[in-house]
Amino acid sequence: MNGALVALIRRDLQLAYRRRGEMVTPLMFFIMVTALFPLGLDPEPMLLRTLAPGVIWVAALLAGLVGLESLFKSDYEDGSLELMVLCPVPLELVGLVRVLTHWLITGLPLVILAPLMGMLLSFPSSAMGTLLIGLLLGTPILSLLGAVGAALTVGLRRSGMLLPLLILPLAVPVLIFGARSAAMAVAGDDVSGPLYLLGAMLALALTLSPFAIAGGLRVSLEN
Amino acid sequence: MFTWFHKLASPPYFYKFAQNVAPWTGWITLLLLAAGLYGGLWLAPPDYQQGDGFRIIYIHVPSAWMSMSGYAFMAIAAGIGLIWRMKLASAVAAAAAPLGASFAFLALVTGSLWGKPMWGTYWVWDARLTSELILLFLYFGFMALNRAFSEQRTGDRASAILALVGLVNLPIIHYSVVWWNTLHQGPTVFVGTHSDISMRMLVPLLVMIAAFMLYFATFVMKRLQFEIIRRERSTAWIRELL
Repeated sequence: MNGALVALIRRDLQLAYRRRGEMVTPLMFFIMVTALFPLGLDPEPMLLRTLAPGVIWVAALLAGLVGLESLFKSDYEDGSLELMVLCPVPLELVGLVRVLTHWLITGLPLVILAPLMGMLLSFPSSAMGTLLIGLLLGTPILSLLGAVGAALTVGLRRSGMLLPLLILPLAVPVLIFGARSAAMAVAGDDVSGPLYLLGAMLALALTLSPFAIAGGLRVSLEN
Repeated sequence: MFTWFHKLASPPYFYKFAQNVAPWTGWITLLLLAAGLYGGLWLAPPDYQQGDGFRIIYIHVPSAWMSMSGYAFMAIAAGIGLIWRMKLASAVAAAAAPLGASFAFLALVTGSLWGKPMWGTYWVWDARLTSELILLFLYFGFMALNRAFSEQRTGDRASAILALVGLVNLPIIHYSVVWWNTLHQGPTVFVGTHSDISMRMLVPLLVMIAAFMLYFATFVMKRLQFEIIRRERSTAWIRELL
């Protein structure tokens, strides 16, 4: 079983490497959305400093939606998804592994880029650690929730418009605690509360969402 | 009892059952609404702080309650349809969703109308307003996914999974916005076992809540009849019926 999962990870990473352009799109989107805010608002450092946690978190949330549609799409279209359902490895684990590689490819680079974008928004470097930990805990939750939506809509021809409607309401708690922890760190408060809550939500999402992902994939394949 | 329940799950039987029961619950709803509104708008004393403005509570609170319990009802019905493959339960969820969404919308509208004279603004990013708004979005997502597939069975099962995910997430959303920000007053209707509002105000409110529940039940049955006709339109008994 482990062998199959390792092979799956290797295959997904290889596919992602061969389509590097697609991998970069969410990152470019993240950079551009964050860069647009100072243009739309007043580029005054004090204002940007207060807005930075929210802007970075909202941009990360939206960047997570870019390319989500294709998470299971090509496997669905070429039939490999059916083979994954048929193979003895539980579909829940297959889904979890897919989310893990998706996060490694899109979520992790975004977390690494976040301090840079924070600096552009005059986010204080003293609070950067909290922002990073928050994003490290929060972006996997967003990937897991997004995968639930992607699994449910993989059989639809035009799921791009539907996905945000399904996922964004569910992502609200992550946004609230993520942005709140960063804002509290800027103010110099104790941030352990919201970070613990993010961690709890990650544990919940890690344990429950694979079942929803697998259920969604099974429903989509029966179509 | 069990055989009756089993029979109820068959669409033709339920269609007739709803045909007979819905008028009754409908009339009782009207009576309760009349009694509740009379009690709320005439008999209940004006609030010492908000004057007569508080009377919007008789619409606002019942619709907010129904929007939340309606979601639980819908998600459980959808879950039954998903797990036991019960066609009627999925149809119940599909019939209940727009009703729940309209209750959520009504709660938001009455809330903002109430907020204008009391807080001085139509909208604040208060915890309960925000969670009600997110609840409305959850209803929209369910309704959109339910109708997105060409095969209704697939739409039912996909939206059931979404509804169950939403049901798990709803308390998290609720508490996250509560801890995030709050201006809305705390719970006053039931604080532990005793109630903080006067009996003359409370009784009409409870009557209104009962009326809204029966309204929900009545219209779920009526909508379910249409839903059954839509889904079973190719069967012999529907052709005979129409």
